[in-house]
Amino acid sequence: MARFITRRLLWSVLLLVIVSAVVFLIFYIFPTADPAQLRAGRQANADQIEAIRESLGLDKSIPEQFWIYMKGIVTEFDLGRSYQSNAEVRDVIFSDLGPTALLVAGAVVVWLTIAIPTGVISAVRRRSLLDRVTMITTLAFISAPVFWLGLVALYLFASDVGVIHIFPGIGSYQSADSFTGRIGALLLPWLVLAAATAAIYARYVRAQMIDVMEEDYIRTARAKGLAERPVILRHALRSAITPIVTLLGLDVAVLLAGNAILTETVFNIPGLGAETFNAIKRSDLPMIQGITLFGAFFIVTFNLIVDIAYAYLDPRVRYQ
Amino acid sequence: MSGKPLLQMEDLRVQFHTDDGVVKAVDGISFALERGRTLGVVGESGSGKSVANMTILGLTRASNAEISGRIIFDGLDLMTLDPEGLQAVRGNQISMIFQDPLSSLHPFYKVGRQLVEAIEVHQEIDRKQASRRAVELLGLVGIPDAERRAGEYPHEFSGGMRQRAMIAMALANDPKLLIADEPTTALDVTTQAQILRLIERLQAEFQMAVIMITHDLGVIADVADDVMVMYAGRVVEAGTRDEIFYDPQHPYTWGLLGSLTRIDRPRTSRLAQISGQPPSLISPPEGCHFRPRCPHSFDRCSQTPALEQRSITPGHLDRCWLEPPRKQTLRVVSTGDIGLEDPAA
Repeated sequence: MARFITRRLLWSVLLLVIVSAVVFLIFYIFPTADPAQLRAGRQANADQIEAIRESLGLDKSIPEQFWIYMKGIVTEFDLGRSYQSNAEVRDVIFSDLGPTALLVAGAVVVWLTIAIPTGVISAVRRRSLLDRVTMITTLAFISAPVFWLGLVALYLFASDVGVIHIFPGIGSYQSADSFTGRIGALLLPWLVLAAATAAIYARYVRAQMIDVMEEDYIRTARAKGLAERPVILRHALRSAITPIVTLLGLDVAVLLAGNAILTETVFNIPGLGAETFNAIKRSDLPMIQGITLFGAFFIVTFNLIVDIAYAYLDPRVRYQ
Repeated sequence: MSGKPLLQMEDLRVQFHTDDGVVKAVDGISFALERGRTLGVVGESGSGKSVANMTILGLTRASNAEISGRIIFDGLDLMTLDPEGLQAVRGNQISMIFQDPLSSLHPFYKVGRQLVEAIEVHQEIDRKQASRRAVELLGLVGIPDAERRAGEYPHEFSGGMRQRAMIAMALANDPKLLIADEPTTALDVTTQAQILRLIERLQAEFQMAVIMITHDLGVIADVADDVMVMYAGRVVEAGTRDEIFYDPQHPYTWGLLGSLTRIDRPRTSRLAQISGQPPSLISPPEGCHFRPRCPHSFDRCSQTPALEQRSITPGHLDRCWLEPPRKQTLRVVSTGDIGLEDPAA
């Protein structure tokens, strides 16, 4: 097991270096716009641009630039300063991380609590009316884009702009002054963000469960004299859930990179997603680069965690 | 001991409704099994031998299944038992082992844990005692270093060891009947012999009756007291082992015996086989199901022959219209002289 973890760890480090290099290429070498000019703003004269070029190290050779860039990242996670606010990108990311992490973590909990029981019940009561209704509903949620779902949810249920006042509405996260207030403000975003993924996972859990229920060891479990409940929960679900852990690792990353941006924008939550949205709108290159890099780090780390978790869940993996 | 058999099956029928039609997997099977005896059930894949035996434990109950007949086990009517009642019998009085021991064990749980679970379902016993009993059982089935092996996962076991673990699990609650569904098919020949010896030894030790399901006549010859030959959901011949091997009555049995490869006969250029395919269980041929493949079929075969005694030996039943003297001449032609030695000789 120790060897397995060490090997995965080394792979992850290598992957991070490669990711950093790719990000460097994209943001330092390929841009058609001159970074110095972007940084200097519209009214700058040639001298000022030159000065900035020098201060950013853009006049140095590419390998030299890459070295400085990598050294900055490795030693102090230095991602440069925002063109817009001149704030350290690193600090902005860390301060924005809280709301996003809370949003994503909550959404994961919500979607798993919805998806797993739904999938299991659908699989066990396969072809029943309940199963069919569930599967059609999931299809609807999978087909609905998250920003649309967010707007509809706000229109229907938000206490400020909605028809039925159930959940706190837009901007309630920023005005919330307590932890419970923030949790309340996140209820609707959680549901919206989780909806599509919960639907996909419910279908996936169902398919997995149907497959696993056909396995020989399920027959063995029944032949032992186990009641149907432990057969389903202890034997079938235990197997069906394992590939879902892998999926979860990837989807959390996708969530951060994609749907969280939209959800934060729709619900006005000051997180990483909203920050990304603004940075892209203003061509704030260091900010975009920093978030990209951070996102990549996050994905690599999460995959590492998933791999290790998988080895714990499936004893056969450890010996490969 | 009472004169009643341990297990009695009467006219069992199992049908599955599928999109293609109704599959008549088991089409009227009756037999009785005495305590401590071994019944060999032989037939090709799809002959209904597994379905019939899984039905004993109610493992074929499903929304698309239609099951009728009677199964009386030790005075208990298994067909009318509710799920809880069946669960109390499964793995307790009747245990089952299967063909592929790797896929039959849960890959994510340690072998010992899976045994403990089997013990705890049926016995009021604390975890520690159950663990000790699990190790004891593993030792009993000949797994060396049982204490350590109990802490390993199925994939760390060899094929033979896995089947031993399955047997240990089946024995956990002193069953009166062990149903072994092709227990040696996935194993190599040496291991196969070891597993059969083990089952025999434990059968004597635990006073169990055994139903040995197989397509391998070698296994039948090795362990069975009585034999039931199945074809397309029906029993085509039933008798003692010696009757089946030395005085086979049904052309299908001749075919099975004829397709055995024998080391005491000159080698032929081609292995013998029964030509044709087993019939569809959705629309089987009218009358005798074996008719389309039978070289000796005649007009009467379009009517279904009953399973009854036609030979001179009481209790030796078959489903073939041919006159017994005619059979004696025909089977020499069709099988060479396979299986026709005098048992006394």
